[in-house]
Amino acid sequence: MSTGVSTDAPVHVASRTTRGRRPRQNFETWSWFFMRISGLVLVFLALVHFALTHIVNDVVETDAVFVADRWENPLWRLFDWTLLALALLHGLNGLRWSIDDYVRSPARRAWVKAGVYTLSGVLFAYGTFTIVTFA
Amino acid sequence: MPPSAVLFPERGGKLAALGSLRAPSRHNGYVAPTDVLTVTLRVKRFNPEVDRKPHWQEFTVEDMTPGDRVLDALHQVKWFEDGTLAFRRSCAHGVCGSDAMVVNGENALACQVLLGDAGTDITVEAIRGLPVVKDLVVDMAPFFAQYRSVLPWLLTPTDDPGYGERRQSPEDRERFDDTTKCILCAACTTSCPVFWTNGSYVGPAAIVQAHRFIFDSRDAGTSERLDVLGDRTGVWRCRTAFNCTNACPRGIKVTQAIQEVKRVILADRA
Repeated sequence: MSTGVSTDAPVHVASRTTRGRRPRQNFETWSWFFMRISGLVLVFLALVHFALTHIVNDVVETDAVFVADRWENPLWRLFDWTLLALALLHGLNGLRWSIDDYVRSPARRAWVKAGVYTLSGVLFAYGTFTIVTFA
Repeated sequence: MPPSAVLFPERGGKLAALGSLRAPSRHNGYVAPTDVLTVTLRVKRFNPEVDRKPHWQEFTVEDMTPGDRVLDALHQVKWFEDGTLAFRRSCAHGVCGSDAMVVNGENALACQVLLGDAGTDITVEAIRGLPVVKDLVVDMAPFFAQYRSVLPWLLTPTDDPGYGERRQSPEDRERFDDTTKCILCAACTTSCPVFWTNGSYVGPAAIVQAHRFIFDSRDAGTSERLDVLGDRTGVWRCRTAFNCTNACPRGIKVTQAIQEVKRVILADRA
């Protein structure tokens, strides 16, 4: 229907009905979703860990023998490894967000991230090695 | 309030004495609407032609009442004490969103904060995270650039309704009612700690404006808007600090709106 007004301006086509487009999720989406889920799981894991090593057992008795007894059961090894992996990844991702915000120079940001990622990788490898090989 | 009786008549005069005796408090004591107040305004001044960095200047404003606003006190200073004091205000009644500033450390519209609530020792400074042009006036250009980036207008399908209406049920209208209240005062965006450190973050206000159209059943531009908001400078920068929700003079649930946009992206299917 003509309104007598020039309609040279481009018309936006309804995108909701456009076929074949890709979903909107990207790395940042899943990184955010991971934080929500891992945060919830970590509350449970950390509280159980804290209760066992500080309340149920006296903290002064939490030594290598205590750990050896506990890790007789591979499920406890799995529990501790999950706690290690999620805590490291959750913390690392939070640091990544903060670095993106606070370190504004691209070069410096790359260096800081490289350092943080390397440290996290070393800690994760060392922790995993300990949990798997501890006898 | 007669202007002639307002500013610096005689220090320690009758009105000043009354004011200091009856200084209001947020936490205790009843402040009668007829009480006469002497207000100490500490304003963060910055004149780019003279100053290298901002400095605080103190003004004493007498003969105010608890029902006067911080804006009234600023007017008294500008009109009768120091005409060089720069601040924005237009409607002066909480509608236009011109006079967002940091009052006693919190973002607010100066025209909405009563002296009876703010007390008699008040600090006022420019909103944070945007370049200060002079005193309480900031450069809003980056803020409005981010506002425009989310395409804050109705994007419709090709079916031209001509002179007809694009109808909508009351339920569909209700879905985005909260985010229609935004007056673009920038109180939310400039209260956001992420925005302070990372000016590339699109900010709460732009997301609120996008939310207003994303959840509008008549709009068809969701895809374009999510391209902007799903980017690393978009909604994922939000850390749910809730500063924006606290700061909004219109009471918009800003953080909730941001979370709803996140969920739309998370649930998006091709």
